[in-house]
Amino acid sequence: TASEASFETNPCKLHKLDQGPSTNVTVSRDDALKYYREMQMIRRMETVAGNLYKSKIIRGFCHLYSGQEAICVGMEAAIKKEDAVITAYRAHGWSYIRGVSILGVLAELTGRVSGCALGKGGSMHMYNDNFFGGNGIVGAQVPLGAGIAFAKKYTNADEICITLYGDGAANQGQLFEAYNMAKLWNLPCIFVCENNGYAMGTSLDRSSASTTYYTRGDYIPGVQVDGMDVLAVRECTKFARDFVLKNGPILIEASTYRYSGHSMSDPGTSYRTREEVQEVRERRDPISKFKERIQTSNLATPEEIKKIDQEVRKLVDEAAEQAKTDPELPLEELYNKIYYQPPSNYKVRGCDPSILAPST
Amino acid sequence: MTVRDALNSALDEELKRDEKVFLMGEEVAQYDGAYKVSKGLLNKYGDKRVIDTPITEMGFAGLAVGAAMAGLKPIVEFMTFNFSMQAIDQVINSAAKTYYMSAGKVPVNIVFRGPNGAAAGVAAQHSQCFGAWYAHCPGLKVVSPYSSEDAKGLLKAAIRDPNPVICLENEILYGVPFEMSDEALSDDFVLPIGKAKIEREGDHISLITHSRYVGVCLDAAEELAGKGIECEVVNLRSLRPLDEETIIKSVQKTGHVVTVDGGWPQYGVGAEISALVAESSAFNYLDAPILRVTGADVPMPYAKSLEALALPQPFNVIKAVKRSLNVS
Repeated sequence: TASEASFETNPCKLHKLDQGPSTNVTVSRDDALKYYREMQMIRRMETVAGNLYKSKIIRGFCHLYSGQEAICVGMEAAIKKEDAVITAYRAHGWSYIRGVSILGVLAELTGRVSGCALGKGGSMHMYNDNFFGGNGIVGAQVPLGAGIAFAKKYTNADEICITLYGDGAANQGQLFEAYNMAKLWNLPCIFVCENNGYAMGTSLDRSSASTTYYTRGDYIPGVQVDGMDVLAVRECTKFARDFVLKNGPILIEASTYRYSGHSMSDPGTSYRTREEVQEVRERRDPISKFKERIQTSNLATPEEIKKIDQEVRKLVDEAAEQAKTDPELPLEELYNKIYYQPPSNYKVRGCDPSILAPST
Repeated sequence: MTVRDALNSALDEELKRDEKVFLMGEEVAQYDGAYKVSKGLLNKYGDKRVIDTPITEMGFAGLAVGAAMAGLKPIVEFMTFNFSMQAIDQVINSAAKTYYMSAGKVPVNIVFRGPNGAAAGVAAQHSQCFGAWYAHCPGLKVVSPYSSEDAKGLLKAAIRDPNPVICLENEILYGVPFEMSDEALSDDFVLPIGKAKIEREGDHISLITHSRYVGVCLDAAEELAGKGIECEVVNLRSLRPLDEETIIKSVQKTGHVVTVDGGWPQYGVGAEISALVAESSAFNYLDAPILRVTGADVPMPYAKSLEALALPQPFNVIKAVKRSLNVS
């Protein structure tokens, strides 16, 4: 096998930039295997999550990331652990790539103690160091992300915040409030529109007067990148990270696709055709494409790939088993973690006047 | 010292004390604050710490919450709390709930402050009490100062508190001077959040109130004292957590309760206190039904005489007290 290989990526479209990310990208064998493994892990985790949902073990909302894996994997590969990320409710992939274990994600989905928020957050509210969720209110995470970038600048940290939203949230007013302040104060914020083509069931042509999301920051420079190519995403994010530390915010529109419906309650077939989904799977799938690339360039052998696939399957299946059988939090935990350092005698009222529970 | 100056010194002292504290909002820096509460702070601390924002409440409230999640201690000024409705999603869904949703991983140390309640002659959109709105929500703490001492001690406590705290100031009180004790003038003066203050002791009836209506109750109490009725005036200071102990003790002592606040009656602060007393051990001490004096159940009119009729006056309190005590 080769120790590294170079590829040509599709050129990015640029807004208010003379020069964009390089289209010639080099990847080492180790990194290539890592990216492949991470994308597969997320794909498998989401498949399992979908099955757990269908068997009613996962409740409520469940928005799957399948199809969009190259974005979080490519971006994580280009930033530091100390850099921050905040995203919307399609948060499983990002939670994993920000260091939450597969069990931490799946058990959060099943509402068990081994979940990364002990089962108190659920699908849309997962957190880790320098990963701020998981926000269930469409677009609300965008000013928050600008604020995290503000804190990075305030403390003179040489770090950035990646603030993600979908093509649906792209029409929320508060995004434009956040763009304005981010540019006014040149905050080190990469705004990322994960454009998967549909705001719930409303296609971008029906939701957005301008569908060139990378230009919608107006005075903020923008890049449109192929969100189905992990290496292009990585290269673009490297470029953007350097850019925001020097110049203030940038927008990235990552063109992608989601295979599942908006959430598990949406079969995703009334507003798009099965053929459309099938065609993306066959022609643009981020994992199959990457697999083909690393095999044809001798970065990995088919046996190695197969071995990774088997390991991933085993690991995720084991985590799923544990996520099904681990207990939920003890009931008294209902009343805890409402306030940070509450007064020692602080009591919380339950559903009837006889219940006054201590709260820590 | 006026309430305005007390708030100003609280901000000044806390900005000085902790580099992570910063103040942001519309006109807080170069303009010295729309109500001059932040006067002089820009010169003292510079534009890194005292930040003028564009007119974009949802955006800067969210931005400040993000900064708090990342470890800073923002103070957000809403020019008035009426504008906080533009940002209420960020206050409730982002600030109040994140600590719980993250099972304790992400605390949000932030203060939202500004004038609350009816001012004078500014009509319906600018005259409203948000006490009940914010005090409804677990995860938030809500303080509502009356005097200069309250204002300084509670705002400083709010800034030092590692949770999201709403500080409901009152524009009418900004220019009102109050005596400040030496203790209250000290840099270390902090009032505990969640503790009420007995402003005036009395045996006959408890007047439970907050913000500028503490003053209305004190005026009523003065007048009633001339008729031999001794009112106990309880200044809540905090709307969440509520100092149930002080309320219950006072009710057990007097056996009569009138609540007085400037919000709308339905589901309001007075309604909450009534229910609290009814459910508590103090209920058996009541010698008469609890009565509420509140803002009228109307959007605020502009005309002066109508506006006056829409807000509790001392005579409303006196009428309620007499009814409770069954005297004429």
